Amino acid sequence: MTGYYAGYYAGIDIGSRTIELVVIDEEGGIVQSLQADTGFDPIREARRLMNGVSCHQMMATGYGRNLFELSFDAPTVTEIKAHARGARAFFPDAHTVLDIGGQDSKAIALFADGRVKRFEMNDRCAAGTGKFLEIMARTLGYEIEAFGGEALNAKRDLTVSSMCTVFAESEVTSLIAKGEDRREIARGLHISVIRRAAGMINRVSGEGGIVFTGGVAKNPCMVELLKERLSREVLVPEDPQHVGALGAALLAMEAA
Amino acid sequence: MKQNDIMNRLQQMTDENIADIERAKSEGRSVIGFYCLYSPTEMAVAADAIPLTLCGTRNDPIAAAEEILPRNLCPLIKSSFGFAVTDTCPFFRFSDIIIADTTCDGKKKMFELLSRYKATHVLQLPQNQDPETALPLWRAELARYKTIIEEKTGVAITQDGLRGAIHLMNRERAARKALMDVNQLNPAPLPGSRLLEILFKVGFLADKEKGISLMEEIAAIAGNGGLGATTIDRKSGKRILLTGVPVGVGSDKVVKIVEQAGGAVVAFENCSGYKQAFTVDTEKDPMDALAEQYLSTPCSVMSPNTGRFDLLKEMIRDFSADGVIDLTWQACHTYNVEAFSIDEFIRDTFGLPTLHLETDYAESDTEQLRVRIEAYLEML
Ligand code: SF4
Ligand code: SF4
Repeated sequence: MTGYYAGYYAGIDIGSRTIELVVIDEEGGIVQSLQADTGFDPIREARRLMNGVSCHQMMATGYGRNLFELSFDAPTVTEIKAHARGARAFFPDAHTVLDIGGQDSKAIALFADGRVKRFEMNDRCAAGTGKFLEIMARTLGYEIEAFGGEALNAKRDLTVSSMCTVFAESEVTSLIAKGEDRREIARGLHISVIRRAAGMINRVSGEGGIVFTGGVAKNPCMVELLKERLSREVLVPEDPQHVGALGAALLAMEAA
Repeated sequence: MKQNDIMNRLQQMTDENIADIERAKSEGRSVIGFYCLYSPTEMAVAADAIPLTLCGTRNDPIAAAEEILPRNLCPLIKSSFGFAVTDTCPFFRFSDIIIADTTCDGKKKMFELLSRYKATHVLQLPQNQDPETALPLWRAELARYKTIIEEKTGVAITQDGLRGAIHLMNRERAARKALMDVNQLNPAPLPGSRLLEILFKVGFLADKEKGISLMEEIAAIAGNGGLGATTIDRKSGKRILLTGVPVGVGSDKVVKIVEQAGGAVVAFENCSGYKQAFTVDTEKDPMDALAEQYLSTPCSVMSPNTGRFDLLKEMIRDFSADGVIDLTWQACHTYNVEAFSIDEFIRDTFGLPTLHLETDYAESDTEQLRVRIEAYLEML
């Protein structure tokens, strides 16, 4: 996109693993959505992503938001509020959001008017995040994209008790050595992530549908298990990784 | 007087303090080291000794402590112990005896090890505040404590001596309270980090009168609007009450992050702050009055700990708090478990959400804490 569109707003979500950029028009419709790896120099990557994108006002979110604020003089908002806002754009009645990204996971409860009511976060270790699934997929010799589908096809639930990435890896190795089915181990690993996520959700909200966002929401096994475990409806937006950036764009528009 | 002048004067007092203590020691006065709010410092004062708080608030000595203590232990305990084993705390070095209490499990077991480095007397603190069962035990412990201090200092503690000590310490606590109450004004004149620094440093002064007069002076000036208001940041300006574990200079990262995010920490419901804002009854027998007052300290090591709920209720109202952050040091089970009931109580009573944070003294999780704190301020 080139040129200056006075009515456009943008949100940028600078996460620890990826950066998402979403541009919306004055009705809130998505005009453009982009993604890049964060790499070692988030600001350079952000600049590259924004090359040619013009808008009236921007807002930044994600771990890199404060760096971005310094370099681009844009207001910031936390991932919590951005995800809450973005989830509402897809599902106007949403009152519970689960976001599982590469390095952290969070559960957010919303008031009827969309404001954040309470939240829980896990960000001190890889357990229960996309990173955990990625490492485990590799240990089992799966492509991350195929991991969920394979796990879904397992015939029974196998228990993986270690939550810690390091211990889980050795547990998986010994399960393989015992001759356990690869897909069943995969499913067991998914269950261990869902158990954590379910705990976080239960602490913030007890009922109703859940909007599932972040890269891990693209994993079909995670979505299935979440439904099963909580007996609640699980809604996945079309582009779950861009929800935070969209939320930030909408908040930029609403602040203008 | 500007805030900077006050801080300069405090710094000067702090600098002179070491020399003051050395002089006092050379004149034959004893120094008693304390680790917890439950031990009445009046006993030391009544024996003409200098009471010093030794509670560790810095990250530096933790690595050394972990050579002996388990890593999975509260940073306050590790820091306190680390200062002792590395001999890097002048106040620990000055202490002739350590007075400790059987508060939480980690601390009381640490004191067993600490006694290898320095004479340590541990008061057997009951686990609840029942006037019929717990209070008589505690009263007896204080009698034993009195004898130990007398033996150590060679000074007989008289009724009059105790009365005088209570009077002095009541004045100090009143000055602390008056200083903290300055922040009931809206906007709060003293940034939380500064208030904390004053309270913390005054606690080490050997000459109580110096600290009392400084605090009284600041409170008087602030009451007249002489300190000006803290700048309310564009982002929030929300008034935050901090509750939970003790914080001090070096373990105040949460306070700083709140301030960087534009919030104002207006008050501290912890033993560095308002838990010290009590008055010992001067009508009663001094030993009875001390036993009663100190046992009622509303800390999570007590079960139940109803006093903390009452104190929070009063403080949220008096300080017009917009939000409450409940801080737990990693591996502090008592505060960690109590966080659930505190959150529930504050929601039910005030309709306010609380933010419960669990962390240690290291800086490694600063960004993670920042997200939570900023998100919390956005919510309010
Ligand atoms: S928090 Fe409780 S146990 Fe710890 S120093 Fe304060 S009163 Fe003592
Ligand atoms: S903060 Fe908790 S664990 Fe640490 S010394 Fe105090 S009561 Fe014990």
